[in-house]
Amino acid sequence: MSARLEAVRAIVAEVCDPELPSLTIQDLGVLRDVRFEGDTVVVSITPTYSGCPALGVIAEDIAAALRSHSFESRVETVLSPAWTTDWMSEAARAKLMDAGVGAPGSRACPNCGSDQTRSLSEYGSTACQALHVCDSCSETFPYFKTHR
Amino acid sequence: MTAPTAAGVLPTYVLRLADDLLINAQRLSEFITRGPELEEELAIVNTALDNLGVAQQLYEYVSEIEGGARTADEIAFLRSEREFTNCLLVEQPHADFADVMGRQFFLDAWHCELWPALESSGDATLAAVAAKAAKEARYHFRHSAGWVIRLGDGTPESAARMQRAVNTLWKFTGELTTADELDQRAAAQGSGVDPSDLRAPWQERVGEMLDEARLTVPDDPYQATGGRSGRHTEHLGHLLAEMQFMQRAYPGMEW
Repeated sequence: MSARLEAVRAIVAEVCDPELPSLTIQDLGVLRDVRFEGDTVVVSITPTYSGCPALGVIAEDIAAALRSHSFESRVETVLSPAWTTDWMSEAARAKLMDAGVGAPGSRACPNCGSDQTRSLSEYGSTACQALHVCDSCSETFPYFKTHR
Repeated sequence: MTAPTAAGVLPTYVLRLADDLLINAQRLSEFITRGPELEEELAIVNTALDNLGVAQQLYEYVSEIEGGARTADEIAFLRSEREFTNCLLVEQPHADFADVMGRQFFLDAWHCELWPALESSGDATLAAVAAKAAKEARYHFRHSAGWVIRLGDGTPESAARMQRAVNTLWKFTGELTTADELDQRAAAQGSGVDPSDLRAPWQERVGEMLDEARLTVPDDPYQATGGRSGRHTEHLGHLLAEMQFMQRAYPGMEW
């Protein structure tokens, strides 16, 4: 990878999800590809859910981040292969728990660590989250839906 | 509606898939602020959002195939009732929560068969959209089937209401798995699937859940059709009047 490409890739990878600001689009697996076409940076991203309203904001944030480093860019949406929670990194799962969000596929309560948790609602405040409750500490918490 | 030319088969076929989702999303959105509890409202609105997202991808694809003659928004908001080719099921109004879940249950069961079949479409875009929609449909089905079971196998009142909803909606379900000429041509091209091939698995999926819910599968032989050729029940016009109002009143308006 050329130094120039590495530099823009680092800029793009730092862009955060507007709904989960402690996670970058790289952590979430939303970022698929960064490449140059001439002097234009072409970034490919993929939606977590088909109707994810954050995708438009993410595209604008990517363009803004690159513009602040004087790069022209184009953001493309790719659908295949379809995103699943398996695209999330280990770092992402740890950051989710730190932010009080249950990690997909895990029963652990992000507040007290207990595995005595259960589903309260299969849907939550965003397209990618459900609502769970911990029977040990009685706290409800958003849970990142397991999506395969 | 006149039969499309060979080149027109794909966009016309994609349009009917998208219309089912858009109209269903609009119906579900009517439940915003009217859900029985907050969690349920979120569930219904999230399902609507997923449906709307897939519809938007499909409308954008139609716009692209057509060479940009009209935008995705124009396709959604500036066509009249006779130009919509959604199935009759999704435009049916709801009087109570059992109607909402019954309608969603029949549609989710259909999408649980349709999208996996379309994942092997010869059309790469349609296959990619389907792969994503299939995962979402399974999640929606778990929710709607869960409610059908809970209401059907619940109190005498909830069971009676759920059975009434199933009986009322049943006549609009046959259309889902009835092939017309366009379906057959799309299937022959390798881009679409013949919905009649999915009838048996749909019936099995629905029957299994209705059994578990202790509900009776209706044996009413009458099945209404017409949505696929733009002949709708009176309800679609009212729905479109509300959905399209802003764009009709303020042409070209954007957020």
